[in-house]
Amino acid sequence: MGASQPVPAVRFIDVRRHFGDVKAVDGVTLDIADGEFFSMLGPSGSGKTTCLRLIAGFERPTSGTLELHGIPAAGLPPYERDVNTVFQDYALFPHMTVAENVAYGLTVRKVPRPERERRVAEVLDLVRLPDVGRRRPAALSGGQRQRVALARALVNRPRVLLLDEPLGALDLKLRRQMQTELKAIQQQVGITFVYVTHDQEEALAMSDRLGVFAQGRLEQVGTPVEVYENPATPFVADFVGLSNSVEGEAARAMTGSASPFTLRPEKLRLLGIDAPAEGTRVVDGLVVDAVYLGMHTKYVVEIAGGGTLTVMETHRDASTRAAVGTQVRLGWRPEHERPTGRLS
Amino acid sequence: MRATRSWSRTLFLHPRLGLLLLLGPPLVWLGVVYLGSLLALVVQSFFHLDGFTGQVVRQVSLDTYRELFTASNLDIALRTAGMAAVVTLAAAVVAFPLAYYMARYARGTKKAVLTLAVLMPLWSSYLVRVYSWKLILAKEGVVSWLFERLHATAILESVLNLPLVGGPSLSVSAIGTFLAFLYVWLPYMILPIQAALERVPSSLLEASGDLGARPATTFRRVTLPLAFPGVVAGSIFTFSLTLGDFIIPGTLGNSSLFIGQAVLAHQGTAGNVPLAAAFTLIPMTIMGAYLAVAKRLGAFDAL
Repeated sequence: MGASQPVPAVRFIDVRRHFGDVKAVDGVTLDIADGEFFSMLGPSGSGKTTCLRLIAGFERPTSGTLELHGIPAAGLPPYERDVNTVFQDYALFPHMTVAENVAYGLTVRKVPRPERERRVAEVLDLVRLPDVGRRRPAALSGGQRQRVALARALVNRPRVLLLDEPLGALDLKLRRQMQTELKAIQQQVGITFVYVTHDQEEALAMSDRLGVFAQGRLEQVGTPVEVYENPATPFVADFVGLSNSVEGEAARAMTGSASPFTLRPEKLRLLGIDAPAEGTRVVDGLVVDAVYLGMHTKYVVEIAGGGTLTVMETHRDASTRAAVGTQVRLGWRPEHERPTGRLS
Repeated sequence: MRATRSWSRTLFLHPRLGLLLLLGPPLVWLGVVYLGSLLALVVQSFFHLDGFTGQVVRQVSLDTYRELFTASNLDIALRTAGMAAVVTLAAAVVAFPLAYYMARYARGTKKAVLTLAVLMPLWSSYLVRVYSWKLILAKEGVVSWLFERLHATAILESVLNLPLVGGPSLSVSAIGTFLAFLYVWLPYMILPIQAALERVPSSLLEASGDLGARPATTFRRVTLPLAFPGVVAGSIFTFSLTLGDFIIPGTLGNSSLFIGQAVLAHQGTAGNVPLAAAFTLIPMTIMGAYLAVAKRLGAFDAL
């Protein structure tokens, strides 16, 4: 690290966390910049939550080094870290009012009462819950509890905020709304957010950068565009968005070469069987499944060479819907093929 | 076949009938047998014993209560309530760490073994356990022997010489009564506290630490308040069981009476059923007051 380079908020250097034989985190090296919105994306059991708990201090690395703002975190218990967590189940104290919950971090740090009350009121305003201070958490809706959990963490003005699938329990519409709000709050307060989710859409929508986890390892780190457009591995291609992995005979039928590649379903166009192949590659196939999804229809097409391809066709032209059993021609531009070295 | 089908159909069409069948027996039991005898007790306590004939006079008067509030009887009530309070406090202090360990750390076999260890004494007769304590605490018993081997008999002697709690040997002292009470009621304190602690999600404790609270602060502000209903439930057991017991003070105490012994004596040999009834109302009044205080302290808020 050069002298001119800023110190990262969180730095993992070959961090491992093993539980007996289970390698929950298996050699993660990662820098999260100060002020960044960073998402850890992966399926359950991929090690993303364990990484978050390592930053919070609930877990200690089996090996490797974890630094917070350049300081090794090994000897720091959770209560000495300048880091706060929004828990998946919110973890609000049921025996305290909302205001007492939010004030908890300030109370235990012995912040004088007038300042405490001012900061609690401020942060409840920030999360747009000014009138619930005297209620108990049990009297709130899921969305309100989520905001209280956020307020309780933010009121301490931590340098890093950890969020463990905070929107997982909310319904879809509320989730979309909270995504926008969370992003806005992060930009307003300017602190580092480390956001754990298994929802790739959420990660793409909110993050400055994201890391994709699988089996305790980082598969790829990059901006949402980089990760979506240039997935580093077939796993990333498949987990972030949908993807067709093509190899062997099917690949030969589509490109003339057997080298494996991935291709996004929305890059494929459904064409008439005698459509001309201008500037695109084409392959013929048989529609074996067609699922209407509102905004688009998902087709599964069996192609020559044995494989199947998933195609996402938007309904801009309603007339192009093809029935199961129809012979179709699929077209795509060669630059959308992503060659993959290793296929899992 | 047909008969059972029409039965289930009847129950399906008349849900209240099903409810009545389910709730009827326990309600009859609690309502008639329990509340009925309680009422009989209250009524009896307003009768009084004619000192001359030795017959119960079935007329409502406060004579029995006048007799209850004499110095010697109040002494019995105070001694019993004091013992119950000390036993409850000690049981809570001894039970909490064990319950905490069982709820938070023990897993698998370790947890099963600990639960068994707590429950197993309840499988053997209460009398056997009380008499074993008499043997343990007797002048020739294992405790005296142990103090002797450690050349610490002087310590035991000085404890036994203490006023009020001492006596000729541990088995005939208030300390002995206390130890036996603490032992027999301990499981009733451990289990509710453990159950309460099991229901505290570990994320709450993590959240407290995450927000900057040291472990001691987390215990005081989160763990203890959330386990408090369990402590209160346990204390209701230990307190009321101590208030009503007559076997332990009779076996292991000095000759001063406890409420249970007084009730036994008055309704038995003395034939003074009204006074016995009045005595039983003392523990009930104390428990009622205790529950009211516990409720005001918010012990049942989290239920």
